[in-house]
Amino acid sequence: MLLQDRVCLITGANRGIGQATAQRFVDEGALVYANARRAGSLDALVEKNKEGQIIPLYFDVTNTQTLKAAFLRIRKEQGRLDVLVNNAGIMKDALIGMISSELVREVFRINVFATLEALQFAAGIMRRQKSGSIINFSSIVGVEGSVGQSVYAASKGAVIALTRSTAKELAPQGIRVNAVAPGFIDTALFHSIGEMRVASVSKDVGMGRLGTPEDVAGVCAFLASDLAGYVTGQIIGIDGSARL
Amino acid sequence: MTNREKYNQAFIETLEITADQLGDDLTYQSIEAWDSVGHMQLVSALEDAFDIMMDTDDIIDLSSYPLGIEILKKYDVEFS
Ligand SMILES: NC(=O)c1ccc[n+]([C@@H]2O[C@H](COP(=O)([O-])OP(=O)(O)OC[C@H]3O[C@@H](n4cnc5c(N)ncnc54)[C@H](OP(=O)(O)O)[C@@H]3O)[C@@H](O)[C@H]2O)c1
Repeated sequence: MLLQDRVCLITGANRGIGQATAQRFVDEGALVYANARRAGSLDALVEKNKEGQIIPLYFDVTNTQTLKAAFLRIRKEQGRLDVLVNNAGIMKDALIGMISSELVREVFRINVFATLEALQFAAGIMRRQKSGSIINFSSIVGVEGSVGQSVYAASKGAVIALTRSTAKELAPQGIRVNAVAPGFIDTALFHSIGEMRVASVSKDVGMGRLGTPEDVAGVCAFLASDLAGYVTGQIIGIDGSARL
Repeated sequence: MTNREKYNQAFIETLEITADQLGDDLTYQSIEAWDSVGHMQLVSALEDAFDIMMDTDDIIDLSSYPLGIEILKKYDVEFS
């Protein structure tokens, strides 16, 4: 198994890509601290993995104190952290002229600031063990841009920049930092663009289908594992040749 | 080991200095070993010694040997 006994933290693991990644990691032998902000929303995942491979951690990633407490708990309980998956994210669309500063703040608070903050806490633990893999979540939108999504695109572009920079800074300490850039993945987040747009953009996928959360989870498992032991600072597209 | 001894040991081991170098004059970048890399190693050593995780602001503020003591007091570490 790819991730035997690895200690992992996955944010936003109660649904969508985060949930699929948590399940894939467990299937690969990992111990997963799964984060969600709504109490009870991880019950199904915990129930499915009865041998205790999922440890639920309820907190909002934008709350520094609870985020820090989660890392402290992992350090106390396991003495190490092998993998951080910064999956939690939101997508909010607004056309130019209708972009409020509150919307910008909200999107950046979750997609960028919380990602960076979690990365700092994780690096603090991983530095001691001189190893670790951090996986950030960008998006095809952050790479290519998209109409009505300037704010979301900017936040996911920021994730690319911070991934590349932190990878350089942490490489001497054996810590790898990569990002995934999913295309159109069949989750609630993607469907929030409206079913008409879902139908039209789905036609622009070269491989002729939407991605599944499992498609993304597989790449995360690879990046988390020793198979990717020499891979850092990379932005891996998972989009079935989608065009925007 | 007292908290003061643990505190001193973190500095001595991570910055590779001797006990007589500990004091008010010991500040960030006052010696070669206390550079940005040494700083993060010192933070890790203090966190391990006192079983805490420091806030980012405190990591930034930890700019001298005496200031570190004040910062650790916020984490309920008592110095006699
Ligand atoms: N789906 C796509 O097509 C696509 C494409 C490119 C990139 N992505 C990225 O992939 C990641 C996962 O997306 P998804 O499609 O799986 O979305 P999703 O189904 O909407 O799930 C998002 C997850 O993030 C959690 N979350 C949001 N804000 C949080 C916070 N402040 N604290 C803790 N958890 C929080 C959500 O929790 P709640 O249930 O409480 O809301 C949910 O579990 C996101 O970063 C997204 O930007 C997705």
